[in-house]
Amino acid sequence: MAVAATPRRAPSPPPAAGRAATAHPAEGQVLSGSQLTCAALEAEGVSTVFGYPGGAVIPLYDALPGSSLHHVLVRFEQWAVLAADGYARATGEVGVCMATSGPGATNLVTGLANALLDSVPLVAITGQVPQPMIGRDAFQEVDITGITLPVTKHNYLVQRAEDIAPTIKEAFYLARSGRPGPVLVDIPKNVFLARAPFHYPETVARRGYQPSHIPNQRQVRLAAEAINRAERPLIMAGHGIMLAGATDLFREFVERSGIPVIFTLLGLGAFPESHPLSLGMMGMHGHREANAALERCDLLVNIGARFDDRATGRIDGFAPNAKVVHVDIDPAEIGKNVVTDVPVVGDAGEALRLLIPEVTPRRHEEWVAWIDTQRNRALHAALEDRPQTPEPYAIIRAIAEATDGQAIVTTDVGQHQMWSAQHFGYDHPDRWISSGGLGTMGYGLPAAIGAKIGRPDLEVWAVVGDGGFQMSLNELATAAQEGLDLNVAVINNGYLGMVRQWQDLFHAKNYSEVAISGPDFVKLAEAYGVTGIRVRRDDEILPAIERARSIPGPVVVEFVVEPEANVYPIVPPGASNSEAMHDRWVDEASV
Amino acid sequence: MANTSPSQVTQHLLVVLVEDHPGVLNRVVSLMRRRSFNIDSITVGHSEQPGVSRMTIVVNGADDEVEQVGKQLYKLLEVLKVTDITDQPCVARELALIKVAAKSQTRAEILQIAQIYGARVLDASPNSLLMEATGGEDKIDALLGMLRGFGIRELVRTGRIAMVRGPQTAQTDGTGRRSGRSLERITEGTVAVAE
Ligand SMILES: Cc1ncc(C[n+]2csc(CCOP(=O)(O)OP(=O)(O)O)c2C)c(N)n1
Ligand SMILES: [Mg+2]
Repeated sequence: MAVAATPRRAPSPPPAAGRAATAHPAEGQVLSGSQLTCAALEAEGVSTVFGYPGGAVIPLYDALPGSSLHHVLVRFEQWAVLAADGYARATGEVGVCMATSGPGATNLVTGLANALLDSVPLVAITGQVPQPMIGRDAFQEVDITGITLPVTKHNYLVQRAEDIAPTIKEAFYLARSGRPGPVLVDIPKNVFLARAPFHYPETVARRGYQPSHIPNQRQVRLAAEAINRAERPLIMAGHGIMLAGATDLFREFVERSGIPVIFTLLGLGAFPESHPLSLGMMGMHGHREANAALERCDLLVNIGARFDDRATGRIDGFAPNAKVVHVDIDPAEIGKNVVTDVPVVGDAGEALRLLIPEVTPRRHEEWVAWIDTQRNRALHAALEDRPQTPEPYAIIRAIAEATDGQAIVTTDVGQHQMWSAQHFGYDHPDRWISSGGLGTMGYGLPAAIGAKIGRPDLEVWAVVGDGGFQMSLNELATAAQEGLDLNVAVINNGYLGMVRQWQDLFHAKNYSEVAISGPDFVKLAEAYGVTGIRVRRDDEILPAIERARSIPGPVVVEFVVEPEANVYPIVPPGASNSEAMHDRWVDEASV
Repeated sequence: MANTSPSQVTQHLLVVLVEDHPGVLNRVVSLMRRRSFNIDSITVGHSEQPGVSRMTIVVNGADDEVEQVGKQLYKLLEVLKVTDITDQPCVARELALIKVAAKSQTRAEILQIAQIYGARVLDASPNSLLMEATGGEDKIDALLGMLRGFGIRELVRTGRIAMVRGPQTAQTDGTGRRSGRSLERITEGTVAVAE
């Protein structure tokens, strides 16, 4: 295990985790809007904020050094939100970012959308032009509350300094309660400068916001009956299990009921993949046995997933023989995409707590044995002895092996992301951090920065594509400035690989605008003052990984891989999960 | 069986009570647009409670789609209560102001039509009549059909507003009974679909 370099922190120590901060001002103390903002963040137990200054937030940045907050200066605001997103996923706490008005604020949009689609708790604070200038197309004025309406759980334009603290209180409550999500608070410059007494409310009461936490008993009983009656039940595990902090309860439920588990992309880590009841990821790039089980199951128990189309494939071919139990904290998810027989609306943890005693302990030997016949052993065997240049799957397996499966893995979006999902074998929650719903290229490095700052005790690997990395590699400077001990594995295939794969398979190999050149990644790393390593051969993989782990600070390892390797299985767009294409080479080998 | 059941598209009449905050109409309309819900008309105004506005939304959709509309609306913080009163005995009205071309030869006939439809004449000029009509959309459509031949110079319709007959209100009436099909907010312990 690499020695974790201590990240550079702000001079004052961060407040102890938890709601009550140590250093925040006394009730009633008169402060500027900027100080009120910092005090509110401190009162929420925030230690780190990711941001970038500018005109409208200069007053806020004036107050930062006097607070206990550690500000991480990113190189592009989009990566501030996504670093906050990575921080939130790694720690389970609310991620916080800040940006100036106008272009600073608009640069947050992608990250907010990312957090909304993946239900990540975030609070974004933006500066706005002074109130008298609003609506006059002032310098760096944009209507950020209007722009972010569809990509936030809620947003606010604060009108008075005395509203800052209560608004931030409400924003944090909304971000982390119910179905988590991003909340934006827009504060005009003159409100940052105005003064008001500090008052931090204890509670939040909004008539129109009553998340349902504890599920209906009768629905739980109906779910249990369906589970106890089923012959070929299957559990679909989603991100909601992690968001509820319910992985222990989930394991208890799985082991008691004896039901095999498949995972959505973001559900990976909800239950150990090395467990005999785990069938791995489902869906577009799902394991053969996971999708085969879906096809045959007579009951599907979805816990904390939203039936995303990349998971379900064509909806009318999805779990065609199954009744559906759906546990979700968001009632709007019930019946949105898939007709549900037994809805259970509530927190996954609360639902499991109620469900476990109602479920008969069973072992579905015949069913599990049948699923086992569907496992593509030949695939694994054949992959093992394919020679050639570094195989992308082998790189992911080597990282897992070297880190004993303990590392946090963040990714960009594309082929390398799917290989990372398929081959790491996630046995722990909160170690797999990837952009699922939005599929945001460039996510890997900023998310790794957020994750490393949030969990300095864990080793962090960003597995990125040569395309995606070129979107966010400027954040190497941030990682270097913060002295973060993280590793970046660039899977360099010289292509926007996933798009190339679609063009290969579904557009007659018409490679349109997918060949992408890049810098010399080793020199680039050196230019940023960090270490760069290049790997061209299979037998260099593991030594390079070990070397990267032993070097403190950020390390970039470039793996030059087979340009036209494809991700298999793949369900063609618009097809059902049972129509997956498999690797021809491997299928021939398995005969 | 896990697939979506195609059900019939019909017109639904929703009453939505919202907190009277700046931007709330924007939030509601933006939601309807981005979820591709098909709005026929929407009206907003004060309700009997201070600080609470009342929207009447006419949407076209299958029952399950309209249930989604309700659930999505509840995700907006300002939305307090959504009721689908489509199948309720209710009074639904629309107001129209119509300016119709009227010459001395046609004036009498137009006044007669107005009388049949209970429309009130509010203003007259040598070349036009301005009238006000209230009623269901059918009635106003029919009136407009009759007037079209004379030349409609200007028209404004408010869209539908509606209220359930009898003692119940769009709020829960205290006994937990609702005046409308259940689009009730899912709170702790309630079920996610209409039983
Ligand atoms: C911001 C953004 N733009 C475009 C896409 C579409 N897209 C998805 S995967 C992909 C290719 C990514 O290439 P690379 O980062 O090299 O990863 P690879 O697939 O080669 O592993 C693209 C362009 C996206 N997901 N996000
Ligand atoms: Mg690539």
